[in-house]
Amino acid sequence: MTGNENIAHPEHPMQIRDILSFSTHAATANRGRTLLMLLAMAIAVSSVVVLISLGDSARHYVIDQFATLGTNLLIVLPGRSETTGGPPPLLGETPRDLTLEDAMALTRIRTVRRVSSIIAGSAPVSVGHLERELLVLGSTSELYEIRHLALNQGSFLPPGEPTRAEAVCVIGQKGKKELFGNQPAIGKWLRIGDRRFRVIGVLSPGVSLGEDLGEVVIIPVAAAQALFNRSSLFRVLVESTSSEGMEQTRKAILDTIRVRHEGEDDITVITQDAVLTTFDRIFKALTLSVAGIAAISLVVAGIMIMNVMLVAVSNRRAEIGLLKALGASRRQILGLFLTESTILSSIGAGIGLLLALLGMRLAAFLFPEFPLHLAPWSSTISLGVALITGIIFGVLPARRAADLEPAFALARR
Amino acid sequence: MISLQHIERVFQVGDEEVHALRDVSMTAAGGEYIAIMGPSGSGKSSLLNILGLLDRPDSGSYELDGVKVSELDEKEQARIRRHKIGFVFQFFHLVPRLTAFDNIALPLMLAGMKQDERQERVTAALAAFGLANRAQHRPDQLSGGQRQRVAIARATIMQPSVILADEPTGNLDRNAGIEVVEILEELNHQGITLIIVTHDPELGKRARRQILMVDGRIEDDR
Ligand SMILES: Nc1ncnc2c1ncn2[C@@H]1O[C@H](COP(=O)(O)OP(=O)(O)O)[C@@H](O)[C@H]1O
Ligand SMILES: [Mg+2]
Repeated sequence: MTGNENIAHPEHPMQIRDILSFSTHAATANRGRTLLMLLAMAIAVSSVVVLISLGDSARHYVIDQFATLGTNLLIVLPGRSETTGGPPPLLGETPRDLTLEDAMALTRIRTVRRVSSIIAGSAPVSVGHLERELLVLGSTSELYEIRHLALNQGSFLPPGEPTRAEAVCVIGQKGKKELFGNQPAIGKWLRIGDRRFRVIGVLSPGVSLGEDLGEVVIIPVAAAQALFNRSSLFRVLVESTSSEGMEQTRKAILDTIRVRHEGEDDITVITQDAVLTTFDRIFKALTLSVAGIAAISLVVAGIMIMNVMLVAVSNRRAEIGLLKALGASRRQILGLFLTESTILSSIGAGIGLLLALLGMRLAAFLFPEFPLHLAPWSSTISLGVALITGIIFGVLPARRAADLEPAFALARR
Repeated sequence: MISLQHIERVFQVGDEEVHALRDVSMTAAGGEYIAIMGPSGSGKSSLLNILGLLDRPDSGSYELDGVKVSELDEKEQARIRRHKIGFVFQFFHLVPRLTAFDNIALPLMLAGMKQDERQERVTAALAAFGLANRAQHRPDQLSGGQRQRVAIARATIMQPSVILADEPTGNLDRNAGIEVVEILEELNHQGITLIIVTHDPELGKRARRQILMVDGRIEDDR
């Protein structure tokens, strides 16, 4: 008998379009009540998206900085890094200085292409009565290639013995502007501390390793040693001949220095790759944990959705009874109310995404020096979050609606 | 064709058992016009709810057009309601946020009918019930009589074989009430089984058959 029924009335599911429009209409009919909830959802989603985006921006920023370091680069620092193992240095032991002679010894390693020493410090730089505090880098001609620098005018430090303290300098764009204005600077003299240097080049603006190249003055390393009255190097940058030979080069550097430092392993060698992967890991973990904390606000928003939907179910008892009287099955009611809560959370998530976008724009406007951007998967994340929250917190109210007895739901008004 | 056999319906109210229906048996042929009458609380609505599959009896059996519907599951009962039964309520039960058009279209929408097909059927129904110029009005912009006509249009849009009306004039003034009853009687003339619950004797007299309920029992059937 029921078989005949099925032929007489083939069963069609509701049109998707109808489900969406009916539920949207229902979700938005009671504005005042839903507004607060939308706000909660929006704030939750935007805080998640903003935090993820900030983390992602920071990660990119740092990684870009290190990527501009140059390929096949090894950085030699004085002092042993704690993570390399071995017995801790005895109390009071200070690491041996990393000297210019050490750096020159490294050039004899077969897999080393270039070596550049660095001494850094800040010093007053003046032209006439104009004075600026700038970052002074003592280095060698090889720095130009190793750090992928670019010049606006003139030439870089001349090649030659690093021990020669020629009185020449290369100045950053901003420092040049502040000290010389629009006058040409090439060939002019400036004073760093109590020494005079002739300007032979002006750097192109840019950022490298977190330093604004605009506010840098580069002088020969030997001149910097004299200027700062210090023989120990801040860093030695070593460029390996190939990326495959990095590990071999690293060992060779350690061996060379150990021999020169009476058997002590008192330097640290880091590679760009190692730095990058470490930072990448740290920032990803940081971003995730911060986003996790922000996700708590999603639970709050989800509970608000559940509340709004429970109130809606009890307010619309008669409507639910009616839908059943008109032939809606339990499943249809369940679907309609789940759709409704999902639409609510999606609208909230949409607003949240917009808020996040505006927030990131504002932050980018306030801090133009940082490349801030919305994390690429932000919209996917917020959509996913909205769907999941809407469904999870919509299940209880929707089931309550679906389980209503029609006769009871329709009784009295 | 409707057949109820030994229907019992008991509600538990606190410690007390309320017998809303006691051993109710009745049959109704297709196309009949029946008024269910009786004092308040006598079980009229309970009987109608059983007939409309809005409620399940505690015992007894119900056969509709040869199908033992009391044995069907929830989903199949919903299908029967959708295709065979039209409801008209005292309080109209229109969805307040939807227009007259959309209220009438609800059963078609639930049945998954496409929008353009619906358009045609609902427009015809609006015209047939004198609501053509009220299509885009919401219930609060309609008079009581118009609301009940929207409800009747909705109840008949799926071309059911039975219309169950629980005090359909209870919330209307005299003229609007008569108008609504005449519409329902016209539908009955076209062959739909019409069962009206009412405690208005004048209205009851218009039916060819009257069932009198007292304290959950059928007291009289003629
Ligand atoms: N859902 C319910 N819960 C408890 N008692 C109910 C319920 N529905 C109806 N009743 C009781 O059943 C009896 C019959 O009710 P009803 O069928 O509504 O009467 P009528 O429609 O004739 O006024 C009444 O005593 C009523 O209080
Ligand atoms: Mg009643």
